[in-house]
Amino acid sequence: MAEPAGGGALRNAFGGVLSIFILILIGVLAFSIRLFSVIKYESVIHEFDPYFNYRVTQFLTKNGIYDFWNWFDDRTWYPLGRVIGGTVYPGLTLTAGTMWILNSLNIPLSVETVCVFTAPIFSANASWATYLLTKEVKGAGAGLTAAALLAMVPSYISRSVAGSYDNEAVAIFALIFTFYLYIKTLNTGSLFYATLNAIAYFYMVCSWGGYTFIINLIPMHVLLCIVTGRYSSRLYIAYAPLVVLGTLLAALVPVVGFNAVVTSEHFASFLVFIILHVVALVYYIKRILSPAMFKVAVTLVVTIGMAVCCAVIAILIALVASSPTKGWSGRSLSLLDPTYASKYIPIIASVSEHQPPTWPSYFMDINVLAFLVPAGIIACFLPLSDASSFVVLYLVTSVYFSGVMVRLMLVLAPAACITSGIALSEAFDVFTRSIKFQLPNLFSNSPSAGDNSSESSVSQDVVKNDNHRQVEKSETVPKVKGDNSRPTEKSEAVMKGKQSKKNRKKEKDLEEEDILKPKKERRLLVLPLEASAVAILLLIVLGGFYVVHCVWAAAEAYSAPSIVLTSHSHDGLHVFDDFREAYAWLRHNTDEDDKVASWWDYGYQTSAMANRTVIVDNNTWNNTHIATVGTAMSSPEKAAWEIFNSLDVKYVLVVFGGLVGYPSDDINKFLWMVRIGGGVFPHIKEPDYLRDGQYRIDAQATPTMLNCLMYKLSYYRFIEADGSGFDKVRRTEIGKKHFKLTHFEEAFTTHHWMVRIYKLKPPKNRIKGKWKKSKSSSKSSSKRNGATRKNPWQ
Amino acid sequence: MERRSIAIPLVLIISFLSLLDPSVSSPQIRVLSAERRIDLTSHLVRVFLTLKLENTGTSEASDVLLAFPPTEAEHLAILKASTAEGRRKKKTYVPLTVNPAEVHDTPNDARLFSISLRSPLKVGETTVLEVFYIVTHSLEPFPAEISQSEAQLVYYRDSAILLSPYHVVGQVTYIKTPSNKVESFTRVDPTSRSDTELKYGVYNDRPPYSYSPIIVHLENNHPFPVVEELVRTMEISHWGNLQITEHYRLKHAGARHKGVFSRVEYQSRPMVSGVSSLRYLLARLPPLVRSVYYRDEIGNMSSSHLRTNSQKSELEIEPRYPLLGGWKATFVIGYGLPLHDFLFESDDGRRYLNVSFGCPLLETVVDELTVKVVLPEGSKNPLAVVPFPVEQNLETSHSYLDIVGRTTVVLKKKNVVPDHNIPFQVYYDFNPIFMLAEPLMLVSAVFLFFIACISYLHIDLSIRKS
Repeated sequence: MAEPAGGGALRNAFGGVLSIFILILIGVLAFSIRLFSVIKYESVIHEFDPYFNYRVTQFLTKNGIYDFWNWFDDRTWYPLGRVIGGTVYPGLTLTAGTMWILNSLNIPLSVETVCVFTAPIFSANASWATYLLTKEVKGAGAGLTAAALLAMVPSYISRSVAGSYDNEAVAIFALIFTFYLYIKTLNTGSLFYATLNAIAYFYMVCSWGGYTFIINLIPMHVLLCIVTGRYSSRLYIAYAPLVVLGTLLAALVPVVGFNAVVTSEHFASFLVFIILHVVALVYYIKRILSPAMFKVAVTLVVTIGMAVCCAVIAILIALVASSPTKGWSGRSLSLLDPTYASKYIPIIASVSEHQPPTWPSYFMDINVLAFLVPAGIIACFLPLSDASSFVVLYLVTSVYFSGVMVRLMLVLAPAACITSGIALSEAFDVFTRSIKFQLPNLFSNSPSAGDNSSESSVSQDVVKNDNHRQVEKSETVPKVKGDNSRPTEKSEAVMKGKQSKKNRKKEKDLEEEDILKPKKERRLLVLPLEASAVAILLLIVLGGFYVVHCVWAAAEAYSAPSIVLTSHSHDGLHVFDDFREAYAWLRHNTDEDDKVASWWDYGYQTSAMANRTVIVDNNTWNNTHIATVGTAMSSPEKAAWEIFNSLDVKYVLVVFGGLVGYPSDDINKFLWMVRIGGGVFPHIKEPDYLRDGQYRIDAQATPTMLNCLMYKLSYYRFIEADGSGFDKVRRTEIGKKHFKLTHFEEAFTTHHWMVRIYKLKPPKNRIKGKWKKSKSSSKSSSKRNGATRKNPWQ
Repeated sequence: MERRSIAIPLVLIISFLSLLDPSVSSPQIRVLSAERRIDLTSHLVRVFLTLKLENTGTSEASDVLLAFPPTEAEHLAILKASTAEGRRKKKTYVPLTVNPAEVHDTPNDARLFSISLRSPLKVGETTVLEVFYIVTHSLEPFPAEISQSEAQLVYYRDSAILLSPYHVVGQVTYIKTPSNKVESFTRVDPTSRSDTELKYGVYNDRPPYSYSPIIVHLENNHPFPVVEELVRTMEISHWGNLQITEHYRLKHAGARHKGVFSRVEYQSRPMVSGVSSLRYLLARLPPLVRSVYYRDEIGNMSSSHLRTNSQKSELEIEPRYPLLGGWKATFVIGYGLPLHDFLFESDDGRRYLNVSFGCPLLETVVDELTVKVVLPEGSKNPLAVVPFPVEQNLETSHSYLDIVGRTTVVLKKKNVVPDHNIPFQVYYDFNPIFMLAEPLMLVSAVFLFFIACISYLHIDLSIRKS
């Protein structure tokens, strides 16, 4: 007995070292596959939105944590300003700020470097967390496969390449890790892990608004377990501390605050919390009472409980119904009702990542995983445990959410990786086992099955993991099958889990006998040798396709920054660095306190790179303010000048792609300016800008369109640049070619005309009497149509 | 300007008075002939002055004094003097030392500089001195603001007569202008103008401290690149690299741009529109330069070209946007150099770094230059040897895994021109054992980590004993 045990221990140790080694490699892979953007371009923040995070991090590292919480930023949303400390998810910033502490070890890292590499580092962490989670569900083999898949899943790469300093990069790690700790607690019933789980949840709340996904998914799973009769004390330990501690911790984050208890997103968790306690009470009563007494108690409790429940639910419904949005935020509502945003909130609808995805984007973002997922679900049901039911639930909900918003594809990616990892590893498991048991017959000199070292490392790895898993399974099987009425045995199993590794080894020896039995059963489940060899080959090819696709996606699709554009022409690479040219110009050649107006897409960049005060930015918290800018852009020159002047704006920045063919310019975004502007100020009517139901800027365009500020600022003197006034984006000649600006003057235009900056001309001197007259007339006119607010700032 | 024009008669009177008073300056030297060539083709005013001196006194003269008006002396960036030795073909120029002379009772606060001659000038002998100096910020744009399509016009103010503490027998001044477009110039007869040259003189027998102001209003479409602040950091790594990082704050100091900047006009008619704009800069770097970068606070700039050969490296950089008058830009240039080309060991065993001092950009003025030489950790007794006066102090900077910090020699100088690009030396003591400090530290950290891992795996932390 001792000798095989020793061999097993050695193999176990070897497997452990190999797993660690593979995990390190996976981490390196996850990190390095995201470096394409830095290698191909440069080590800067590449996207629009992360510039805000970058700016916040700079502030944090410069001024410290307390100033950060109290930071009132007067350089955005002029003249309103923004309380940054209370409106930002601080997780990412604090993480990067912590990494910056390396500077105290005299390792000089600029804030920028830290910010650029935060996302790749955290994707390595995320893949390790995936390993842990999947290992809890289906063993180490599936864990490694899932981790490798997650390390390079394109969906996650799109949000975590080096230089994309997004909340999601950190949040996905936090999400997976929270789930891991939940499953770990569920499997072990350890309060230690439950506490860690609450802390991980806190980190998730700090990082991303998507934490509501966790606080809804876990209650759903708990409910599922209760409904399917899987209630156990482990479930209680996994859930109750999470709700209590997690909610308390979440309320500490300023941006969440009391939302953690008052908004509808969190109600499900409290409801399930109550249900869980009721169920726990029922089980407790059931245990201490005799069956007859229990029946009496049930009828009693049910009648009273029903009454109380009805009252509580009635109060809740009344409370929820009293709030206009039924206590849900706009984004959450648009998740539940996909048509909500396009109907009521054009700002949410105007963001491309809030649109529903198309089918190709599924293939683009998760590639072959889409085909492996169903297999993974089946594998999760063989046998169904608490953990694997969680994975299935996670997958199903995230598939729904990803169908509503492209952005939430990101939440689907880990679920898809985990299930695909399970599927792949189970498949390899079956095939390699088939080969393993048939190879001895083939060569007819049969060594013992376990010590077969002539096989390839892959199969060896899987076989070993298989053994390992069987050990675990034999541990978990009594747990699952064990009757709920025998908690003492369960707690023993829990104790086993907690005991140190040495003890576990001893147990393994004892359980060796049990293992032999299922092994023999499994031996029957072998496939033909040739079939399994071919299947393995095909699976490897499939994996190969996935790797090729991921590398391609990382290198080509998701590493092209939006701040620098390149084009390959016959005479080599051409760089369009117009955005930074304009921002640098603003930074150095305008007054420190000048206000720059632009569409909100460029707000974060302008405040971070140009260091100038902006009117609106990407944090679209004030619809009216954005509508004001939209109105100005879609008004004729004079009206626009008045709006901008009343906002104290000195420069107006427009992005124009017509000369070089940059498609996402302001003319293409113009419909949202009209729509959002018109939503608040009714005198902007969308049909005025439409000819035959579409926005046109050619000779067919409506006069309103040709006279609006956006058209004029975009095409001012455009005719002189190429002679014909041909817009390369719209592929048409512009409608109005020769015109002059009366209230604006060109202050700067970048090399490729992509950014044009105009200065507001100072108001002309007016004769005193005339000034009074016009003022009084404008007053009377404003009185007349006082209902239609033309300009809220007058 | 107005103040000075009033002051001229005063100067003349005082100068006549000083003739009578031999104590003001020793009138034992007489300038036989003076030829001044003033080059206004760039924004730096370069003056070549040839003086032929005669000792008419009774004793030997070892020093010769040069006089400058106070405003000019303020903007005087460099002043060099040399004397020719040998005859005809073997003629070599030997540099002479020039020091500001502390004489305060000069008429109208004229500043004096004294040139020490190699050998004292004996009674009755003559000698020829070549003086070269550069004056910065002396071309005043007028009009001060121009639109994009206008040419840049500047005022140049000087004296037709050489300001000198000595009696000048004969003198002539030539002013070279960048083009033949000269709006106006002051006539002090005899004055003549040909193509791109103005000639003042010949004037005979002018007493000491004579002054006759002139204004030349000319077109100078040369951009006026002025680096308001330059910080050059040189980090010595004894592993073989000298890393130089230069932070620039650049300004176009010419006539300020006003009104519209039209890209159409700028691109379609570069000869007419924005002629004085600063489109690119040329930096001359040492040969074998490596990993050059050019960026600013918001990222890399792709608009640069590096040409290297074994003699020199030339880096042509374009700012993100063309600099029109008054516009500013900041950027950073960084590059590595092989250390063995710049670090040497002196005879007494000390090491010294030998690199050029000034700014590598051609034709620029640096208003404030700070050179920081970061010596390796553990260096002692730093000593900087600079061939011209600079402000020196020491500080400590920390870099990768430093514990005690690196000694940093900080040299500061104002008003630096390309002619300051001459080597300077920093001597220091260094024990090579310090090179191993950081690798050993890392090794021990990794070692401790593994020790910690091993001990963790061997300690049973569970409370319950099995």
